[in-house]
Amino acid sequence: MSDSYTVGDERENEQDGAAADRADGRNVSTPDPVDETTGETTPSIQHIADADTVIEAADLTVHYGDVEALKPVNVRLPAQEVTAIIGPSGCGKSTFLRCINRMNDMVDAARVGGELRFRGKNVYDEDVDPVALRRKIGMVFQKPNPFPKSIYDNVAYGLEIQGYDGDMDARVEEALRGAALWDEVKDQLDESGLDLSGGQQQRLCIARAIAPDPEVILMDEPASALDPVATAKVEDLIDELAEEYTVVIVTHNMQQAARISDKTAVFLTGGQLVEFGETNRIFENPENQRVEDYITGKFG
Amino acid sequence: MTRLPFGLGGTDDGRDGDGDGDGVRTDSLRTGSVRTDGGETPNPFANVGDDIARKQLLGRVFVGICGASTLVGIVALFVLLGDVLYEAWGWVTLDFLTYPPSRFIENYYPDGRGAGIYPALVGSILLIALTAVFTMFLGVGAAIYLEEYAPESRLKSFIEANIANLAGVPSIVYGLLGLAVFVRFVGLGESLLAGALTLTLLILPIVIVSAQEALRAVPDSQRHAAYGVGATDWEVVRDVVLPAALPGIMTGTILSLSRAIGETAPLIMIGAATSMFRAPIEDVSGIPVPDLFGPFAAMPMQIFDWARLPEGDFQHVAAAGIVVLLTILLLMNATAILIRNKYEK
Repeated sequence: MSDSYTVGDERENEQDGAAADRADGRNVSTPDPVDETTGETTPSIQHIADADTVIEAADLTVHYGDVEALKPVNVRLPAQEVTAIIGPSGCGKSTFLRCINRMNDMVDAARVGGELRFRGKNVYDEDVDPVALRRKIGMVFQKPNPFPKSIYDNVAYGLEIQGYDGDMDARVEEALRGAALWDEVKDQLDESGLDLSGGQQQRLCIARAIAPDPEVILMDEPASALDPVATAKVEDLIDELAEEYTVVIVTHNMQQAARISDKTAVFLTGGQLVEFGETNRIFENPENQRVEDYITGKFG
Repeated sequence: MTRLPFGLGGTDDGRDGDGDGDGVRTDSLRTGSVRTDGGETPNPFANVGDDIARKQLLGRVFVGICGASTLVGIVALFVLLGDVLYEAWGWVTLDFLTYPPSRFIENYYPDGRGAGIYPALVGSILLIALTAVFTMFLGVGAAIYLEEYAPESRLKSFIEANIANLAGVPSIVYGLLGLAVFVRFVGLGESLLAGALTLTLLILPIVIVSAQEALRAVPDSQRHAAYGVGATDWEVVRDVVLPAALPGIMTGTILSLSRAIGETAPLIMIGAATSMFRAPIEDVSGIPVPDLFGPFAAMPMQIFDWARLPEGDFQHVAAAGIVVLLTILLLMNATAILIRNKYEK
């Protein structure tokens, strides 16, 4: 049984996909597969729903002013797995990621529709404080952005503002070990986080994100500003993090997605989630012709 | 009009220098062959040289004009400083800094009874200290609100545009405002407090604008990092934005204050004394305390008072006053530069 399904209202996807194709003038001649909506995919939706779902999008949409950045997204992200979100520039993958911890709130023009559920609770409900949400969902950004403070204070910051009054030293060490940085910095905890190399800075940011012990870690192209060696270290780290956390990672790099993720979601131009499923299956045998074109490098 | 291939010499405005106004350098067309330099290696760039040389010359003339403009300012400043220092030489003494002014020039002489700028010096320092406290709170508060909290709206743009406009309002207008509001309406009289509040209004727009710029210079990635670990708006401002923006805010505020310390017009308007014999300091059971509600003198007005006295030697006294004022001003600017260098990465 195929462990995947195609997202959303299939018929609507077909139309949207065709419209998007015409709009950007690409793949107009590519016939969309007609067997995309066979009954075979239906049980697999059930299968993923049965898994320990942490994050679930239900008709989630985002508009920036009048621009539709995200077409209705329906997806369930399982716990303790790495989900990669891939797609070309401007396809809405970062927008989707930032819906999960409501970082889009900071963009004045952004409007979110539908629901984004964290453990079943819509995070856009009025009784959800985004501050409380972000304590459950850590985030690592595209460019390393440590505070201009000491390494120790960088890691401790999240715990401090959350009023943690236990053994701070132990938590900082634990987080730095978790981010595979402890051995490199244990003798220079008082030095500025900005003095570290780019790859170390990014692992410091990962340590900062995991120190308050969130359930989910969102990563927005965390290795795109790093050299190959640093990238390899961060990728190894993501693998380890998945034992404890649910990781959702946006990446430009398809090889990276194939290497590190369990599930993959493919967004394509127009802010549409086109396909979601087991990473191996997506890369070896995508159901959607446009996804196949994208993955094989025919466009993107 | 013909265009040469590759755009060489193809200026369309007729200013091609060959006088026929057709925009084509006919001379370079005529000398189509490659000129050689010394008969050895032919220079492949030789036949396009004339036009480039002309443009290069224009460039050098432009640099010359810009350099001369810079020089005018610097020379004027040094002549002014040199003249003041020459006039004041020997007149800035310890007595000058510690005695009240006098109408009699003999008292300013080295062997005189002692006279100087003391009340105005203390008055100016207290005035600026008070103004600094007020502007830090009001200016930085307004800047943080506008930059970090206020949603983008027409009202915000309107307010920001008007703050920028206020920065250009002449200082005498602020003097009138201070007279009407602080001296008369609030009833502070011609006091130190009224003077400080008036100067605060004067520099507030500049402080707000420069503080906003400092806040805007804090990268969003820093804010996002703090929000990402669950910081509230207030924690983001307190822990991340303010520490990063503080050097810029301090620099802007100090530079504004050094403008305020030389202001005369608003102080004249609110009726500050031109010359006082007592510093605005009270003795409260042995401890000197600034007299916020009493009259005060400030250095610019004291200098003006000396400069208009008929006795010739008072010009030297005025120059000495200017030297003291400029020293305070340079010290403030130096502080601003030190702060900027210390925190700039």
